[in-house]
Amino acid sequence: MQHIRKGSWSIALVCVLLGFMIAVQCKTTSSRDASVSLQRVEDLSARLAETEKERDQLKEALRSAQEDGGAAGDETVRMRAGLTALTGPGVIVRLDDSSVKAKKGEDPNLYLIHDDDLLKVINELRAAGAEAISVNGQRLTGTSEIRCAGPTLSVNNVRSAPPFEVRAIGDQASLSQALKMRGGVAETLKVWGIELEIESSDDVYIPPFEGTLNYTYAHETEKKEAAK
Amino acid sequence: MILPVLGLLVGLAIGFLSPVLVPFALAKYFSVAILAALDAVFGGLRAAAWEKFDNEVFISGFFSNALMAAFLVFLGDKLGIDLYYVALLAFGFRIFKNLALLRRWMLKKHHTEA
Repeated sequence: MQHIRKGSWSIALVCVLLGFMIAVQCKTTSSRDASVSLQRVEDLSARLAETEKERDQLKEALRSAQEDGGAAGDETVRMRAGLTALTGPGVIVRLDDSSVKAKKGEDPNLYLIHDDDLLKVINELRAAGAEAISVNGQRLTGTSEIRCAGPTLSVNNVRSAPPFEVRAIGDQASLSQALKMRGGVAETLKVWGIELEIESSDDVYIPPFEGTLNYTYAHETEKKEAAK
Repeated sequence: MILPVLGLLVGLAIGFLSPVLVPFALAKYFSVAILAALDAVFGGLRAAAWEKFDNEVFISGFFSNALMAAFLVFLGDKLGIDLYYVALLAFGFRIFKNLALLRRWMLKKHHTEA
């Protein structure tokens, strides 16, 4: 290996420097990796412990809150949510399809009760101050739907066929007057022969909402100014 | 060929034994400088093999390449261009080219001697 003579010493000298640089860099890299990972482990384990503690606290809080809610609870909130059976003075409205036969060439649909007919009745009852409403035993809540489902109507995802019985608790006079007012719902429906019968009762029973209330998508948040 | 390898080993020993560390923020530039230095050493070896070695060119090339490479990467960081990879590619390419030429040269020597 005597082929390189000239420059051998300077290359060797530079190689010393290069070796030094490489060694320093290697040390830096490895020490940084080690220290960072060690620090990270400590950091993460501390955070894990903290989070676990927080989780246990929240679990405890949830449990006690559920117990409170189950035992005493906020009765008004439960009433509002439709989770309790209610009774009180009100009206019972019975609706049935028209007994009039459709004339030839006329749409027989006009003589049937539709979801919007029922919606109009319920809207009118609510406007008149109904405090609780049920349709064929289904309590109406904030998320209840009234929807055409073929020949039946779906309320709270439960289907029912005519006749429909709408029960509402509230001021009897205003409830029945709201339906019977001139040009109102009852009159419009009578045109098509749809049977609408309003009965006032001092003891209207309204069942509780039987389904489950789960919020998968909605989260509670701070109140904000409404976007305009 | 023995002397450069020996020098490298001595340098490595000094580096590992000394308590010097590169600051974390400069580690990136330092690695580019090492690459440039490596390129200079291989370039020097090649030149020596071809008997075109010039001491001044070699020494100046070694320092200026290392410093300029680090500076350019630093500048790239300031400008938002990652020149780190450019230096990596350029020096890497040259290192491998010189390495290949050295290998051929050594094989040829070996054949003629045998």
